[in-house]
Amino acid sequence: MPLIEIKNLTKKFDDFTAVDNVSLEINEGEIFGLLGPNGAGKTTTLSILATLLPPTSGNAVVSGYDVAKHPTQVRRSIGFVFQDPSSDDLLTGRENLYLHALMYGVKDSEIDKKIDEGLALVDLTDKQNIRMRKYSGGMRRRLELARGFLHSPKILFLDEPTLGLDPQTRENLWAYIKKLSTENKITIILTTHYMEEADMLCDRIAIIDHGKVVALDTPLNFKKGLGGDLVTVKTKNPELTELEKMDCVKHVQYKDGLLNLTVNDAGAHLQKILEHVGEAEDVELHSPTLNDVFIKLTGKQIRERSDEGEGGWMTRSMHAEKR
Amino acid sequence: MPKFKLAAELRGLYAIWYRELLVFMREPSRLVGSIIQPLLWLVIFGTGLGSIIEPGAVSGANYQQFLFPGILVMTVLFGSLFFGLYIILDKRIDFLKEVLVAPLNKSTMFFGKALGGSTDGLLQIIILMILGAIFFGVHFNLLSIVLTLVIVTLLLIAVTSLGLAIGSVMESPEGFGLISSFVIFPLFFLSGALFPVTKLPMWLKTIVAINPVSYSVDALRLVILGITSYGLLMDMTVLIVFTAAMVTAGTWAFKKIKL
Repeated sequence: MPLIEIKNLTKKFDDFTAVDNVSLEINEGEIFGLLGPNGAGKTTTLSILATLLPPTSGNAVVSGYDVAKHPTQVRRSIGFVFQDPSSDDLLTGRENLYLHALMYGVKDSEIDKKIDEGLALVDLTDKQNIRMRKYSGGMRRRLELARGFLHSPKILFLDEPTLGLDPQTRENLWAYIKKLSTENKITIILTTHYMEEADMLCDRIAIIDHGKVVALDTPLNFKKGLGGDLVTVKTKNPELTELEKMDCVKHVQYKDGLLNLTVNDAGAHLQKILEHVGEAEDVELHSPTLNDVFIKLTGKQIRERSDEGEGGWMTRSMHAEKR
Repeated sequence: MPKFKLAAELRGLYAIWYRELLVFMREPSRLVGSIIQPLLWLVIFGTGLGSIIEPGAVSGANYQQFLFPGILVMTVLFGSLFFGLYIILDKRIDFLKEVLVAPLNKSTMFFGKALGGSTDGLLQIIILMILGAIFFGVHFNLLSIVLTLVIVTLLLIAVTSLGLAIGSVMESPEGFGLISSFVIFPLFFLSGALFPVTKLPMWLKTIVAINPVSYSVDALRLVILGITSYGLLMDMTVLIVFTAAMVTAGTWAFKKIKL
């Protein structure tokens, strides 16, 4: 039985349909991603699951309780890390955690222990008594991550956990999220519009656009579905017939001096391929990214792209100097 | 199970109250600033208008002493109503969501907030009472101190709830300012805080009698100076009903809050 069951969930704001007949099942222990552009309905979906918003129609069962009928019971089993800052500037990190522990029912005898563990998890032990006004964006997000987990919820919602952070801080935060997930029995549901983030963290991803689930699969299957790596070569005289004969090459296209190949496991076959591309000036090997998946499924780029540009760490580019 | 839940609610209530107190204590400027305004009223307005009022014209007290209970009410009104602004600021960041996702009853969340704001106000009032006793010749005894604090606390809860109700409904700080000015000035000027009610023309007397805040002014004046127009029973009945109504309205508005 899935831990979260969403059936035909719809949320309308006046005439605008933010969530449009969404059905999903999320299993215990997985990291589940809702991926989509800004305004796709990800945060609204999360807010409904966390009982912050009532659904217009359809229903959602979280940890055995219907969100509309038993909101308090639902709230007992969840933790939430919000998109915008949600800690008190004037208070220290530790004070923020302490207030959370009281509100979220951590036992008195365990409060200090849990706070110490939480601070250690996100490496903020030495900053715990500093007012949060002096925290950097990344530190604040780390503290809020520890806070969301402080009361040991079964399910943790992360709403755009790395929004607005620089790439380094983002990767750093991913590591904390991974750690949290592997070291504890917890189900994580996150929203993001960063392809790399969904790819890096999630066991399964639902791609959402205009309030609808467009596709649902594992990151690996999504990329496999595209049918191979892309090799782009700038060259004048490729041996097209030779290339087409090769088993690993699925598709060949040559236009305006640019050779586009779709290749199975291009890394292993690159050497052989390069023997037949002629006088190559520039070679680029591009693994399929979720961005390519997204474009294929929705016919457009994700509306707001990540700081590093598409693919980021997944794009390997190399330059073959002409001898 | 109910016992466990009650304990959880009380801890939540404490947490929300404690947060307000911590934040208030972190910014001493808030406390100092909130004391200066009533002092200016007492010193400048009290002296100025007092200079043309014959001694004894306001029921035996000098004008500053007569004004003192009214200024306490003014401090409560202006300080506590604007406390509702913080709910809008909490909405702007996601702090309010952090509270709303907590496994607590919405009434608990609201009441914790209202008590927090009331505690801030009570600290201001205690400082004003001390200053009043030292510099303005206001006499207190144990009974009048206790009764003053009871009356002020009820009024604080009522006005803070009203402020939070407005804050829950409004989207922007500007809108909040507009609506609360619209509410607060009539409540203050038509409460008899600045003048005795007995010699007013009938139309104004009637309006003052309709204003629930008038009864708090009257109650405080009775407790501190021994002057009353309505009698303690009437004063307390109106005050308690007013407080209950405001807490109910505030809780209702808070439950309807839109994020």
